[in-house]
Amino acid sequence: MTHHYPTTQVGPANSEALRVDLAKIAAHVPENARVLDVGCGDGALMAELQAKKGVDARGMEIDPEEVEKAVARGLSVVQGDANRDLADYPDKAFDVAILSQTLQTAQRPHWLLNQLLRIGEQAFVSFPNFAYWRMRLSLLRNGRMPVTRHLPVNWYETPNIHHLTVNDFRDFLRDHNVRVEDRWYFANGREIGGSNANWRAEHAVFQLSR
Amino acid sequence: MVSRPTLQVQSLRLEAPLALDCGRVLDNVTLAFETYGALNDTKDNAILLCHALTGDQFVASQHPVTGKPGWWERMVGPGKPIDTDRFHVICANVVGSCMGSTGPASAGADGAPFAMNFPVITIRDMVRAQIALLDALGIERLHAVVGGSMGGMQALSLAANWPQRTQRVLGIATTARHSAQNIAFHEVGRQAIMADPAWAKGDYYASGQSPDKGLSVARMAAHITYLSEAGLTEKFGRRLQDRDAKSFGFDADFQVESYLRYQGISFTDRFDANSYLYITRAMDYFDLAEEHGGRLADAFGKASDVRFCLVSFDTDWLYTTADMRDVVHALNAVAAPVSFVELSAPYGHDSFLLDVPALDRVVTGFVG
Repeated sequence: MTHHYPTTQVGPANSEALRVDLAKIAAHVPENARVLDVGCGDGALMAELQAKKGVDARGMEIDPEEVEKAVARGLSVVQGDANRDLADYPDKAFDVAILSQTLQTAQRPHWLLNQLLRIGEQAFVSFPNFAYWRMRLSLLRNGRMPVTRHLPVNWYETPNIHHLTVNDFRDFLRDHNVRVEDRWYFANGREIGGSNANWRAEHAVFQLSR
Repeated sequence: MVSRPTLQVQSLRLEAPLALDCGRVLDNVTLAFETYGALNDTKDNAILLCHALTGDQFVASQHPVTGKPGWWERMVGPGKPIDTDRFHVICANVVGSCMGSTGPASAGADGAPFAMNFPVITIRDMVRAQIALLDALGIERLHAVVGGSMGGMQALSLAANWPQRTQRVLGIATTARHSAQNIAFHEVGRQAIMADPAWAKGDYYASGQSPDKGLSVARMAAHITYLSEAGLTEKFGRRLQDRDAKSFGFDADFQVESYLRYQGISFTDRFDANSYLYITRAMDYFDLAEEHGGRLADAFGKASDVRFCLVSFDTDWLYTTADMRDVVHALNAVAAPVSFVELSAPYGHDSFLLDVPALDRVVTGFVG
């Protein structure tokens, strides 16, 4: 479940800022919450949440080099495979469970989402939208699987085995009785409005509960 | 064990008798220990370091018998990952060992060495004695308890049984239970010692000889389990020792034979065979889940506020990543703050003692 997207981006003042979807999640995590970040990478979001929100942050990450970086910065991160290891955690052990840019890599997205909402009171899920207009155009024009900033590798190398669109995800949530508390859409590194999101959003963040 | 003058080591006699898991009580227990770095006024900067099977308290200072540097000088010292400019590091020789703490070579009530009358001890007994040492030193809560291999077993045992005594637990290349394979290798070692006529049913201290041959074979067998096949192949391959051709005899033709023989023989200079029997037994009896009703998560039920960091190595086939994952899963089940990483290193189980820069970074980050 490794994700290949850097968790930080270079901001206007040339300072390292959190990627926009992570910054959005960070802004909506309550103070002092217990947080599990699934697929936490090097722990950039966890570190931000710990420093600014006083949260009790834990992480899970499959890539040992990323885990080592996170532990070396003093974070509690377990090397593990979310497709299997989430089952260990007790019910409602966390206020918030976060799954960023990882759902599309899950072996069983349905199982993973159920686990997130079992472990956490709430879940934040972010994913790239395969129906983004540039993707559609690329597929239409070139007739080949698009390779873009958010889906940066060829079809045969991609960890993304369950491509989805914003509309697919909405249907999926409805079918599985998941409540949408809030949702945000992004394109070109900026937040955009919600109208025609299935066309216009490059990626999305959903805040969920059950 | 060669005869040697009485060791001059720092030690403390425990005031209270030590009640052991086997039901017996050990009076007048002495614990030999070393400390590095100053204890602060609030006594909250102490790190208890637990040594492995054949280790001892000389973590970061010269060994009084072998003259060699401390066994973890790369990790412990001023400015090192376990920084003695900031932390007060305590390492005690475990009960049952032979570097100044009470063990089978110590005198019992009748003045003669215990030998095989020494009670069978457990990992928890070793920790119990160290808790008594902390009591005597006035240290209520450790900054961390740290250990590799058997030291990690002690760290886990401390977390399970005395969770209020530490803020952090760092266990490296360790396990929560000895596997059938672990026990099997230890049994080979014990049988080698007991098959040596000089062992004399353990009663060899006054005889002027000691079961060096048996202890040496035990060490040789165990040493193989501390290395990886790839490591052995890289270090020795099939290369011959100081000769151009095979001798068609049973000398140490191969470098790996010569190396193992040296490891075996030099070990007998510093270790007591009976201590080897008792400590390997303690490790074999170790099963943290069994101690707590059969479910490992229940062992950590009161430790959910303790921070854990667990590290395994991909080439360690003695205490594997799978063993470590069992501990991680148990800690997740009680939602304890836990870090776990499998590091890549070529040296097998012994990686925790060797040059693995990633381990330094993890230890630095976790100890804080």
